[in-house]
Amino acid sequence: MDKASLKFVIVGHVDHGKSTLIGRLLYDTNSLPPDKIEEIRKTSTELGRETEFAYLLDHLEEERRQGITIDTTQVFFKTPQREYVIIDAPGHVEFVKNMITGASQAEAALLIVDANLGIQEQTKRHATIISMLGIEQIIVVINKMDLVDFSEEIYHSIKKDVTAFLATLNAPAQMFIPISALKGDNIATHSSKMPWYKGKTILESLDNLKSRASLENMPFIFAVQDIYKIDDKRISVGRVESGRLKVGEEVKILPEGSTTKVMTIEKYMEEPKSCCAGESIGLTTKESVFLDRGHILCSPEKEPKINDTIKANIFWMSKKPYSKGEKVLLRLATQEISCKIDQIHKRINSSTLEVIEENADILQNLEIGEVFIKVKKPIVMESFKNIQEIGRFVLVRDENIIAGGIVTD
Amino acid sequence: MNKLSKLENESIFIIREAYYQFRRVAMLWSIGKDSTTLLWLVRKAFYGKIPFPVFHIDTGYKFKEIYQFREGYAKQWNLNLIVHKNQEAADRGVGPTTGKLECCTELKTNALKEAIRKYGFKALYLGIRRDEHGIRAKERFFSPRDEDFEWNYKEQPPELWDQYKTKARDEEHLRIHPLLSWREIDIWEYIRRENIPIATLYFAKEGKRYRSIGCETCCNPVDSNADTVDKIIEELKTSNISERSGRAQDKESAYMMQKLRSLGYM
Repeated sequence: MDKASLKFVIVGHVDHGKSTLIGRLLYDTNSLPPDKIEEIRKTSTELGRETEFAYLLDHLEEERRQGITIDTTQVFFKTPQREYVIIDAPGHVEFVKNMITGASQAEAALLIVDANLGIQEQTKRHATIISMLGIEQIIVVINKMDLVDFSEEIYHSIKKDVTAFLATLNAPAQMFIPISALKGDNIATHSSKMPWYKGKTILESLDNLKSRASLENMPFIFAVQDIYKIDDKRISVGRVESGRLKVGEEVKILPEGSTTKVMTIEKYMEEPKSCCAGESIGLTTKESVFLDRGHILCSPEKEPKINDTIKANIFWMSKKPYSKGEKVLLRLATQEISCKIDQIHKRINSSTLEVIEENADILQNLEIGEVFIKVKKPIVMESFKNIQEIGRFVLVRDENIIAGGIVTD
Repeated sequence: MNKLSKLENESIFIIREAYYQFRRVAMLWSIGKDSTTLLWLVRKAFYGKIPFPVFHIDTGYKFKEIYQFREGYAKQWNLNLIVHKNQEAADRGVGPTTGKLECCTELKTNALKEAIRKYGFKALYLGIRRDEHGIRAKERFFSPRDEDFEWNYKEQPPELWDQYKTKARDEEHLRIHPLLSWREIDIWEYIRRENIPIATLYFAKEGKRYRSIGCETCCNPVDSNADTVDKIIEELKTSNISERSGRAQDKESAYMMQKLRSLGYM
């Protein structure tokens, strides 16, 4: 299989069965080496439990003892159709930043809800986060159907609740699937216990997901990472964030705005004549221009925005709140600029979506802020819905990432 | 873009990002298939002129062929090779027979600590992969270690959209993991595509081959007739046995690897 694997994340409230579902998927698709299964059996027995598939992912001693996932994990599996990377994300409120780390790499999400308990705090928060991250493919999985006698009524009632919440996020689900991860119902095979359900199993629904559309046909954007001097050549290395480029084409250097011509595209032991989105390359240009990390090269006809203010939604993930006026560092692609949040229009509870305060002075852990950011120098960007690669950024304080944000305008 | 190109481009991006952030970096080369693949990618990232040292932590218990391979390619690829050994522990008689946890800790982890202190590296490239071990699957691309070299796996930094952790004052160094997303089979398919030279220990002789290579004393070959890269790839497609099934560290108890890693093991 030559195609890149599809990455999806499993999110939802703590204990609704994310790790168990992944364990079950691996087991039912024969993706597990016998010695792994043996290890899980042994550890489960030592801890006095039934064979616990969640231990396949929960590898830390603390995770197994407490029966919760602390940090995000990635595992591989495949169906006859395609290869997958499953990202397991912790469901506990304490570990939301680990969940974001995992989810930010996904192309699709499975939102899992306990049939017995229905929507909980993290169900909603995770749904909010995946919609903020721009994940458009959402499958809602209603788990532990065995605990509610496989009741169609309960399934429909939860489906209604989740549909309503996702509607407020403007992030509709592709489908709803009733399952029992523990017993294996509607995972790899259709369940005989729920004849009323005519839809797809988990495996079938995965094969239905689409890989993220290629960025090759978007405008050309190249973010300079570094400058190397190799054999008298000054090579600007970096990644093509979107679009494509041919040797000899004109490029504009942002934010300054001068133009130059690309002389060569540099790859070790190769002499490429063109390059496209996703490639890590080097460029040489005409001698006269100065290039450095943080410069963004684009096609002269299709420039992204340059501004010293950013309208954005940010997700605060540090226990130390933001107080208006505080300087932090903004990193967008390879650009790094000092900034301040000028206005916090709204402080929003990321689980209930309720507006806590308008025109606020602080932003606290796990809150979403609709903000205006003032950057010290003009920054190159695009709205998140146009080009994600330069429409998202992080805020950094004391060398730690404390918020993620998307450009909304 | 196909799977291998995507992985290659991602790794080169990470390698260059870490070099920009830290400058005083080094790469750990165990001379196995993963770190040799990493070395290949590092050569690509810097156009064949690696601007930092390549490190080999020598326990003294490596295979003879590994030493030969190291010397040969260090010369051919013009590497700034540094070999480091915990001589003090070796002189005290620490070895595989005196206890595996102690041996790994002294001859690998502590040797590495000594080397980092001696040369003052701020970041180290390592060729670990998520699919090797459940503990490694929890790693970040940029992973901080504190002054005692401990990995605080309960408080890992967020990492999103290719924005990684930079070094804070109370952190000793960062581990950089450019191969985290690669699987064993990806490594072998890339070795085939790029024609990367690999130690012959990986190829079957008399029905046995090594699938993962550490010290001669602590790894066992697996049953196999795969004596070419093509055959290894075929074998991996059908095999159901864990890659590290021949490695002693993973076997002593469920959490041996966690203990080793939290103490600074690779």
